[in-house]
Amino acid sequence: MTNQTLAQYANLAVYSAMAVFTIAMIAFALDLARTLPRLSVAAPETQKEPALVGADSSVDALAYPIPTDDPDRPLTRTRKAAGIAMMLTRLGGLLLIAAAAMRGLSVHRPPLGNMFEFALVSSMFVVVIFVVISLRRDIRWLGLFVVGPVLLTLGLAITVFYTDASELLPSLKSVWLVIHVTVATFAVALFTIAFSVTILHVVKTWLEAQAANDPPAMSRIRTIVNTALPPARSLDRTAYRMHAVAFPLWTFTLIAGAIWAEQAWGHYWNWDPKEVWTFVIWVVYAAYLHARATTGWSPRAANYLALAGYGAILVNYMVVNVFFVGQHSYSGM
Amino acid sequence: MDTRPDESEVTQPRLGPVGMLRWAWRQLTSMRTALFLLLLLAIGAVPGSIWPQRNIDAGRVADYLSRHRSTGPWLDRLGFFDVYSSPWFAAIYLLLFVSLVGCVVPRSKIHWRAMRAQPPAAPLHLERLPEHGQIEVDGTPEEVLQVARDVLRGRNVLGSHRRIMRWRIRSTGKADVPRTGDGLSLSAESGYLRETGNLVFHTALIVVIAAVAVGHLFGWRGDRILVTGKSFSNTISAYDTFDPGPWVDTEGLSPFMVAVDKLDVTFEEHSRGAQRGAPRDFTAYTRTQASPDAPQIHQTLKVNGPLTFGGTSVFLLGNGYAPVITVRDAAGQVLLHEATPFLPQDANYKSVGAIKVSAASPKQLGFFGFFLPSEYLDKDAGPSSFFPDLKNPALALGVYEGELYPQGRPQSVYTLSTEKMTQLRNARGEPLRLLLKPGQTIQLPGGRGSITFDAVQRWAGLSTRYDPGKLFALIGALAALAGLIASLVIRRRRVFVRVRSTGPRTVVSIGGLAKGEDPGLGATIEDLLSTITQRITAKRSVTKGSDTKV
Repeated sequence: MTNQTLAQYANLAVYSAMAVFTIAMIAFALDLARTLPRLSVAAPETQKEPALVGADSSVDALAYPIPTDDPDRPLTRTRKAAGIAMMLTRLGGLLLIAAAAMRGLSVHRPPLGNMFEFALVSSMFVVVIFVVISLRRDIRWLGLFVVGPVLLTLGLAITVFYTDASELLPSLKSVWLVIHVTVATFAVALFTIAFSVTILHVVKTWLEAQAANDPPAMSRIRTIVNTALPPARSLDRTAYRMHAVAFPLWTFTLIAGAIWAEQAWGHYWNWDPKEVWTFVIWVVYAAYLHARATTGWSPRAANYLALAGYGAILVNYMVVNVFFVGQHSYSGM
Repeated sequence: MDTRPDESEVTQPRLGPVGMLRWAWRQLTSMRTALFLLLLLAIGAVPGSIWPQRNIDAGRVADYLSRHRSTGPWLDRLGFFDVYSSPWFAAIYLLLFVSLVGCVVPRSKIHWRAMRAQPPAAPLHLERLPEHGQIEVDGTPEEVLQVARDVLRGRNVLGSHRRIMRWRIRSTGKADVPRTGDGLSLSAESGYLRETGNLVFHTALIVVIAAVAVGHLFGWRGDRILVTGKSFSNTISAYDTFDPGPWVDTEGLSPFMVAVDKLDVTFEEHSRGAQRGAPRDFTAYTRTQASPDAPQIHQTLKVNGPLTFGGTSVFLLGNGYAPVITVRDAAGQVLLHEATPFLPQDANYKSVGAIKVSAASPKQLGFFGFFLPSEYLDKDAGPSSFFPDLKNPALALGVYEGELYPQGRPQSVYTLSTEKMTQLRNARGEPLRLLLKPGQTIQLPGGRGSITFDAVQRWAGLSTRYDPGKLFALIGALAALAGLIASLVIRRRRVFVRVRSTGPRTVVSIGGLAKGEDPGLGATIEDLLSTITQRITAKRSVTKGSDTKV
């Protein structure tokens, strides 16, 4: 029996989260736009993180401090906008957790049965991962590029992918639903943040080259973006680390899916479109890790592989579920 | 006239056949080629998700070919409907397999040697290493170096993120003897498991590929539609379709028996919209016997819960309806009485099937049409079903007479081959259509007898699978995952300790070197330095205490 009232409350929570994230996104954008005046006072050389022992190799994008206040006027320019944005992001995260919980309670099962629920839970994971990392390191510069995609996903989920709360098909009623799909959504959430960081890396590399060549010719907006972002090298390292965590999780998703397929469909590998694309994603990210491990491959080529991998994730989610005929046809659309 | 010397004649050394082979092997096993093949594998797998595949749904392939008369045959020639068994796909993964072997074997040799080798002697200038730290402590250089050795040997040195690291320490040799004014030194290496994990990962992938091949060669699958109340034994003839691997011993199948007594099916009744009528639960109540002499056991078979007999499993993959039909001749003699399975065509189980009465004379009779669990008359589509469960069951049939099996050719049991048959017509000359409800009997025109729709039974679509490779595939996959995690998490590090006397005190310098990027190396060195300081201080205070006693 499904409890439609509770499902309505879940939707309400999603709408509230979207409103909260919209304000958070604006606040994050304002914060990034304000980095420039601060920097005109604080010289870029002074931004270096207090090195532990050596200098270069311990620079970490996650720990990269956005230059704080003007040393001469310490209390005039706190990053109020970023603080508000972080608070709102946490609030939005709580609302998404509530939405997922109520959705799950309304159908008496984990909310992992259709595209709407998948989008909701992976958005929730994206925000939770971002908030958890932000407790340890200053990653306020990344906020805009995390909240933005989350807002887009939620908007699509509640309009295009929306499915009424209901029970599952018999083939989905298994403990493997929780194991396989939870890890898949978590891995997708990590890949999403890694994707944002990778794009920022591509942009930052390009801007750094420009700044090195002819700084005065750079437009104001480019200068703002260039100063607001951590150095390209540390962005690159952050993106790599996130991919390196997400890839084993994706491998696990693949294995858990194969075990479940063996139970439900009789064989662990059936070349179902969803399996094919999960495999394609795995292969592309495996190629990315190989490209990173090989000297002689430029980080740029590896970046393109990572972007291609995320493209495959989007295809796997949005195209395969809706347009391809297969045994994973659970979109509910 | 061109007077330039011909470069190719002058500079290029000639490669013999062995040289050419070696060159080809190098090219194939290079990382660049491996990456290219990986991407090719990803791209090559995609068409199989876009176009229907014969091994999954041959019907959809035939349908696609009939709708795309110009492009279809070309796609077929290129193997786009059998992607995963096409020669080009096989070429990609076989090359990748060779490349994988060519990568693992030499690297295993190198790693084997590295694991048994000593860490190298400490370099002269530790401050030139990527990570470096230095402190001054009390004690003689020998004493301090011994403490450093104990600390590294003690397995209790925490690396970055408080991870325990095990160090291999270089045993003292000639290179560790003090050089001019450099003091004593020590080298240690950690993280051999990184490369081990990497090799395990790649080797495990080879195991997975081999397991897939074993499953393909020795595995088989048999599908059977079983009407409730009936049973089948595990022999080739019992299956509607049997698909064995090339090396399967079809005589040696395990002799189990499965009978389906009852099949419970529930559909979504309460929700409206797209979810209405969606299947909710399938449960088959079975009796099974592992062998003809074994006792019968009652077991339930569900979609996610197969029956297993040793390495063979029986899965519940489908279900449908089998109307029980009796056909009598004009004299009332029963010509046919059986439950005939009909195949569902849509989500509401509008099912198609044929009833073949070969005992009818003078001409054989055939009925072809639909079974509708919840019948209503659609203006355009004719008799249709509005719900998958039995709310208003009905049979809508056309009747044919003539020769059922022309030239004895094999044919599907669900369709009628009408080339040697003619359709019966009613008095107005229209094709005769019968609409039967359970319990109804209709007399056929012209003294051809009667047809009775007695009842409806369900059938279970059972699939028996045997795959001797699947356990190895699972073990291989899990080993690959473990190896992958080890190779991504563990850091390969070398640390060098050098102690130098400055009169009463001793300067300890530690330099660190990592393979690849290693942001935690600095923290590890700091940790080592502080642990050494603590130990020295503790040790000296203990010695002092014992001194005062004496």
